[in-house]
Amino acid sequence: MNTDRIIAQFKGKVGGFSVDANFEIPLSGVTALFGPSGSGKTTILRCLAGLTKLPGSLSVGNLAWQTPNHFTPPHLRPIGFAFQQAELFPHLSVNKNLDFAEKRSARRQGAGTPIDRSVIVELLGLTHLLRRMPTNLSGGERQRVGIARALLSRPRLLLLDEPLAGLDQLAKEEILPYLDNLTTASNVPIIYVSHDIGEVARLSDLILQISKGRVVGIGPANEMVERLGLDAGVSLFEESVLLTGHITSHDKANRMTQISMANGQLASPIIDLPIAHKVRIRVRARDVAIALEAPKAISIRNILPATVVICEIDQATGSANVSLDLGGQSLRARITLASLNELDLRPGNQVFALIKSVTFDGR
Amino acid sequence: MEYLTELWPVISLTLKLASVTTVLLLLIGSPIAWFLARCKSGWKEPLAALIAMPLVLPPTALGFYLLLALGPDGPGGWLANLWGGRSLAFSFTGLVIGSMIYSLPFVVQPIRNAFEAIREPTLEAARTLGASPTDIFFRLALPLAQRGILTGAILAFAHTIGEFGVILMIGGDIPGETRVASVALYDFVEALEWGKAHILAAGMIAFSFLVVLTALMLSKTQRTS
Repeated sequence: MNTDRIIAQFKGKVGGFSVDANFEIPLSGVTALFGPSGSGKTTILRCLAGLTKLPGSLSVGNLAWQTPNHFTPPHLRPIGFAFQQAELFPHLSVNKNLDFAEKRSARRQGAGTPIDRSVIVELLGLTHLLRRMPTNLSGGERQRVGIARALLSRPRLLLLDEPLAGLDQLAKEEILPYLDNLTTASNVPIIYVSHDIGEVARLSDLILQISKGRVVGIGPANEMVERLGLDAGVSLFEESVLLTGHITSHDKANRMTQISMANGQLASPIIDLPIAHKVRIRVRARDVAIALEAPKAISIRNILPATVVICEIDQATGSANVSLDLGGQSLRARITLASLNELDLRPGNQVFALIKSVTFDGR
Repeated sequence: MEYLTELWPVISLTLKLASVTTVLLLLIGSPIAWFLARCKSGWKEPLAALIAMPLVLPPTALGFYLLLALGPDGPGGWLANLWGGRSLAFSFTGLVIGSMIYSLPFVVQPIRNAFEAIREPTLEAARTLGASPTDIFFRLALPLAQRGILTGAILAFAHTIGEFGVILMIGGDIPGETRVASVALYDFVEALEWGKAHILAAGMIAFSFLVVLTALMLSKTQRTS
């Protein structure tokens, strides 16, 4: 048996919805189950937790949680599960909610290494919230408590079911940095369900693309994000690529960080990481423009030489998706058909990619 | 004052019957309510209907069959034999059994409602944190259903005090053993002892008012806290 992998196979129907999922992923890092609403991501996650029972099999590391004639009930699986709405116990304070998890943490066969409670409390920024009741917490705070509670139960595997879905943009921004830290600090493998490509790109290492109850694509995050850009599941608004580079300098006064890429420098809003640190940057196709000559006197900071690889025309939206090569890394630009024709872009053309904005994307 | 010394055995017996019945009903009613609230078994609704029967049955009809069941030839008689008795009818134990059956729906219904109001994902969260089904029942379901349990307890207590038909059928009117307030009141009226009848009747009205008021106030403070 493979001891560092999750091997899962589920096939069956839940309330008229059929699932036929078959996948093998490493028991490490962050894996995203990505797909539109109603694609069955949550059902698959629930099958992993044992909250939903479908015929199939599941082994996590050296533990067999489901075989054709055995089913480990959820309370005996060493998992942590963060729900969409946190599901804190309303009659218990934050502290007592954490106690509830900690007290039962050693009972499950194969429980993970305990993480010090103070570390978890600090990691999720809960120190000042411990004595509050759940009703007196904001949505983002509730989610953080929910995740801390799940971590305290010593999980071998942490399952997050769209923990940001119910939050407004502000609360999301508030909680994302905690999730960034979580993945590196806790060292617990995470499976993360989301329909938001931005979240997925930022947090995950591996992406499983889910559609109609099936796993239709699997790959490393940077490759998948680019591929998903062409899929109907992702709106034109969100299609994007991931670029990697190294931090070369910080401009504290202007709150910018310079990142060196294969063929040029990229400026990003300041990133709180040391010089020479490897970073991932997400660039949306709609934020990339194309010029035939290097423009002067322009507000855009990021102008990189690039080669046109291919132009895909999308008649329905009157736009074109231009793939560009940036010295080994690919970039996409979403431009109008009119611009495509006016610039007369063809594969092999040398152009300049004008990148209006970039987003720092985790590790 | 002399009235009171005469009435005290009646009142204390009534309170004792109501207390014992309430405690026992909470003990058996909570698991039944949990089963009815959570189980997906097909037996659930027939069981619920059976438990709710006393709400619509004439107490005398229920009392008649209870009398047979508790009597020397019924299971009650067999049970009484174990400690040398002949029958459970016309005994305090018999009254407790009868009251429990008669008041069961008043306990089960509010607790079932309270259990059903607990969100399913909250219980799932407990499961993913390693809580076994019994653990969930005691640590999560019962505390979260507090209000329903309190309502059930108050209703059971008050309903047992007000019970008449069933008691008359299975308990008769033995002073100190089965003569509770409602039966005594009936006797006083029959015997034209209006003074004593007034004390009991007015006392029960005042008591009922206080019980209902307390229940309302409790549910209000719990809602706002």
